[in-house]
Amino acid sequence: MSGIILPGADGLLFQRDRDWHPPANTPGYKSTTFRAPRHSLLSLGPTQSEMTGPTFGHEKLGPLDNDLIRNFSQDGTEAIGQRLIVYGQVLDENARPVPNTLVEYWQANAGGRYRHKKEGYLAALDPNFGGFGRSITDENGFYHFRTIKPGAYPWPNTGNDWRPAHIHFSVFGHAFAQRLITQMYFEGDPMIWQCPIVRTINDEAAINQLTARLDRLNTTPMDALCYRFDIVLRGRRSTMFENKLEGN
Amino acid sequence: MLHPIPVLKETPSQTAGPYVHIGMTPNFCGITGVIDADLGKTMLNGPVEGERIDIVLRVIDGAGAPLSDGLVEIWQADASGNFVGPTAPCSNAAPAFTGWGRQPCGEDGSLTFETIKPGRVRGPDGKLMAPHVALWIVARGINIGLQTRLYFEDEAEANASDFVLNKIMDKRRRETLIARREEGPVPRYVLDIHLQGEKETVFFDM
Repeated sequence: MSGIILPGADGLLFQRDRDWHPPANTPGYKSTTFRAPRHSLLSLGPTQSEMTGPTFGHEKLGPLDNDLIRNFSQDGTEAIGQRLIVYGQVLDENARPVPNTLVEYWQANAGGRYRHKKEGYLAALDPNFGGFGRSITDENGFYHFRTIKPGAYPWPNTGNDWRPAHIHFSVFGHAFAQRLITQMYFEGDPMIWQCPIVRTINDEAAINQLTARLDRLNTTPMDALCYRFDIVLRGRRSTMFENKLEGN
Repeated sequence: MLHPIPVLKETPSQTAGPYVHIGMTPNFCGITGVIDADLGKTMLNGPVEGERIDIVLRVIDGAGAPLSDGLVEIWQADASGNFVGPTAPCSNAAPAFTGWGRQPCGEDGSLTFETIKPGRVRGPDGKLMAPHVALWIVARGINIGLQTRLYFEDEAEANASDFVLNKIMDKRRRETLIARREEGPVPRYVLDIHLQGEKETVFFDM
């Protein structure tokens, strides 16, 4: 491939496909009612302020930052639950790996309980589970972490709604306008399709993109199941087709 | 030759949920000992050129209730109008000015960034944009992070010719992005972000 200039190197970001993302106001998820802007978004191309963004060095991460089984424990006792390795590649829409970018994740414990003062679910806290971790992608865009499978849990919404087991993800990319928060679900979980938050997304294929696949071959014998969850961030247009961003 | 076209779709967004503070400001909500300090809490790590300011935001929903479960990130240029460049992958030196901040909303929906006033950055039309800060807001009930900007009241002349502000056709709505200056030992720029209602903030798709 050497010598071939692929598009998408350093142009502006592709416009977001707002039909692929959930709309702001989704009555089935009641919390959106007073939090969804009523005006249309003002569509503009990104400027330098959106095409740049923060980056984070590897050294800022501790050795247990990506080990939720151990990182909250005071004495080395491991968190309770089904042991998992979750990994994946962060790519852009041009299928280019996104290296050296921060990925943060948080989740409920094996009983479906979050470590939060406002959490009202009666499932017990696990004294050895905090529920938070982070990674920086390697040169090929891969991240991985060790955790336990989060439990499904009930929430009020319409009185008896249940969230499927899920892990929250926050990803940076290399531009502030690539910033993304999403949730990962587990392949084969029958709870996915009844969830009002999942169903804020209108496209079945988009929902499938949030479903991690069981990676049977990469399970760790006598230790942990393995799930793969790739994350795609906005890609960049080719500068062949446009003027370069002023000042860049 | 035919160039490959984009083959992948962006991962769809989902709400940050009611417990975004666990994942993004764990120390703030009592999950201590995992990381030393919440990321983005400090934007200034030493002497930095520029006017030291506080940016004080309050995020309010359409019923007038504060977003106590919300979180805001900001990204801005330094006083000369330059953005902090990429950190070397193996560097552990924090730049004196990071340009990026993250704060959880308090119970009253408010949050403060201790920063410096940004310089002017060139816009897509080749002219300097008015000094501004890019904002990104997430919370329970927000299905996809909201992008907006903060401008400065005392930059009226620059604001009047700003590339982005001038794209807002209803001039009255431009005011929703302009922070009020309050004098003090450290000047404060104060802005309420309204997710809905008469004073609904202008949000962007950038």
